[in-house]
Amino acid sequence: MTIWHILLGRLTWSSLAFVRAWRDPTLSELIGAAAAAIAVGGAVVLFGLLTYLRAWRYLWSEWLTSLDHKRIGIMYMVFAGVMLARALIEAVVIRTQQAIAINNQGIVGPEHFAELFSTHGTIMVFFVGMPLLIGLMNYVMPLQIGSRDVAFPYLNSISLWLTIGGGIMMMASLVVGKFSTGGWSGYPPYTELAFNGGVGPDYWIWSVSLSSLGALMTGINFAVTIYKFRAPGMTWMRLPLFTWTSLCTSILMIFAVPPLTIATLMLAADRYLGMHFFTNDLGGNMMNFVNLFWLFGHPEVYILILPPFGVYSEVVSAYSSKELYGYTSLVIATMAIAILSFTVWLHHFFTMGQSAPINAFFGIATMLIGIPTGVKIYDWIWTMFWGEVRLNTAMLFSIGFMVTFVIGGMSGIILATPPVDYMVHNTLFLIAHFHNMLIPGMLYGVIAGYYYWFPKAFGFRLSEKWGRRTFFCFFVGFYLAFMPLYVMGLGGVARRSQELFDPTLRPWTIVAEIGALLLFTGLACIFIQLYVSIKQRHQTRVPVGDPWDARGLEWSMSAPPPEYNFAVIPQVSRRDAFYWRKKYDGAYRPADHYRDIELPKNSMCGILVGMGLTACFFGFVWHIWWLAFLGFAVAFGTAVVRSFNRDVNRVIPAAEVAAHDRRWLDRAAAARPIPRHLELTPENEGLAKWQG
Amino acid sequence: MNISPSLRRDFLTYALGYGLAIVLTGISFAFVFYRLLVPQAVFGVVLFLAVIQIVVHMRCFLHISLKQSARSDLQLILFSTLIIILMVGGTLIVVLDQNARMM
Repeated sequence: MTIWHILLGRLTWSSLAFVRAWRDPTLSELIGAAAAAIAVGGAVVLFGLLTYLRAWRYLWSEWLTSLDHKRIGIMYMVFAGVMLARALIEAVVIRTQQAIAINNQGIVGPEHFAELFSTHGTIMVFFVGMPLLIGLMNYVMPLQIGSRDVAFPYLNSISLWLTIGGGIMMMASLVVGKFSTGGWSGYPPYTELAFNGGVGPDYWIWSVSLSSLGALMTGINFAVTIYKFRAPGMTWMRLPLFTWTSLCTSILMIFAVPPLTIATLMLAADRYLGMHFFTNDLGGNMMNFVNLFWLFGHPEVYILILPPFGVYSEVVSAYSSKELYGYTSLVIATMAIAILSFTVWLHHFFTMGQSAPINAFFGIATMLIGIPTGVKIYDWIWTMFWGEVRLNTAMLFSIGFMVTFVIGGMSGIILATPPVDYMVHNTLFLIAHFHNMLIPGMLYGVIAGYYYWFPKAFGFRLSEKWGRRTFFCFFVGFYLAFMPLYVMGLGGVARRSQELFDPTLRPWTIVAEIGALLLFTGLACIFIQLYVSIKQRHQTRVPVGDPWDARGLEWSMSAPPPEYNFAVIPQVSRRDAFYWRKKYDGAYRPADHYRDIELPKNSMCGILVGMGLTACFFGFVWHIWWLAFLGFAVAFGTAVVRSFNRDVNRVIPAAEVAAHDRRWLDRAAAARPIPRHLELTPENEGLAKWQG
Repeated sequence: MNISPSLRRDFLTYALGYGLAIVLTGISFAFVFYRLLVPQAVFGVVLFLAVIQIVVHMRCFLHISLKQSARSDLQLILFSTLIIILMVGGTLIVVLDQNARMM
């Protein structure tokens, strides 16, 4: 045991991607080194830029240590955007490999290819899908229920930093060491020590653990917020639908995420402590890992899809200028989906060998989920019916979702039939199916919600022109990328194939490649849209705060909202509270009197706990035990010390609140009410003209 | 020190719960440690005491009651019970069904 071993654990020179590429300059290794260079270069440029702009202090005091749910939500989404860029580039590399590697090795070797699909899946689920939705819920949900913050702002910050810590570990795996080759689901015994002794599976275990801990805390936080922090009069059946889906998602997170944490920690116990939960020998049962993983994995699908259902409900209603059709049925359908999602996990492993009656039960339960989902689709269609529909970016994404999602649902019903599943299990058909659910069901919804709530968050609208280009790329790109996969899957092409052997597949793989490039262009369009929108923000400002003539409480304050959200907590007397206040002339009125408002002070404890635990888990990956101990001590110590701190709130005096509110009301009085057909013009200052 | 009646009542509830929890745990340990019954019967006793323990925790520590004001807590507990039955029961059924394949 040398001093280096104590200091650096398993880390050696050849752990570095650059050194590997230097010693063995094959194309595959060079691509790996280039990816590492992008990660390191990106970090260096970011740090340099922040130093050059002297933005560190601002970033630290206004953002990183903030406990404001709105800022935390935005940080979640920025983080997810970065991770999305990486995982989408990986997808392009995967498709390029399959387009080239027909009877040849292509551009990346088998090991590298396996790393690519493992990181792509892990990132897309844990570090893109969940942070995007948690970010959106963080921003919008407290505003919708008339609350000043979430129930536990400090816990919220810890959740954020745990999630970011997981993302940092994913990025680190590009540069030092290798990631798991076991897919995003990491099934043992392949990921056990006996077959996979390197750091790959450890990276997977610990980054997923960080993400799942963060998600669990977020679930608790949001559920308590919705239960306890609603404005007076906001009864259950008056909640906006996005809040309903946030509640169901939070409940799913509370119950579904622990099985994942347990499964990964049991796998870690196998790998680190010589236990035998999932090993081949000595009483291990790897089938229980699969069972536990999908006990999490299936509800996870609905964690990702329910909040976008809420977004679509809000968006379709607002841009059709109509009350949401079938509110009660949508609530019941959401709850039904949430409960049914716990009864179908076995359909992910029909072929594992349980008896036919069990497969039949889970097949039927799976098909049942189609019923509440179908109800929702009809409700949205009826909401548009005879409404004043404006086909802007968010609406295009919503309609694109309805069409595409139904196709994915149909292929889901096919897969839910166990005998059919035996035929197409583990083929590209499955890949096509779940991308067909998650791209429209999750990504389209997030983009629609981003377009819809962006003016609320930043005070100006997003560019419509670039929004339409984004939609074109994401809509056409999806069909080009995944319809060929249905065909290839039915032809029997296995998923995760590094090399193909049938030349007749070539046309399909090339079409899919074009689709992947188009999807990547779509992401580029989103970033360009953001840049262009910031450039032309002076023409698109909506300071009064209601650019879409929308219905929920989140539109009843200035854009961007004050940090305390509501000058006075609103009294809710019916559903779509803000809409009725506008109708009966109760909106844009000063309050009778203003009170002092207490808000949580900024705290660096969240970042310390999150980064401490990240350092601890990084130490576990590389067997750097002093780092693991130190990281844990920092995280645990911070949590303990902070719990003695009683002075965690600050007070905003009533006079300041009143002054801010008055300025906003003056602004609203001076603004011109805008009818809907002028919504996208510079005239729109965020005050809607009443249309009876 | 001046203690309000509600604080006093809270304290008594916690103390009662703590005492009951210790006694119930102690009895369980005693049954196992001193082998007071045949193993199957011990298992039954421990299971029974565990269920009582759950009720004690809910009543004394989580303040769950059948009163109207605590109705939403009760709903959450029933929901949790449903989900846990689904997850634990489902796991047992699935894993036991596949047990033959582990031989």
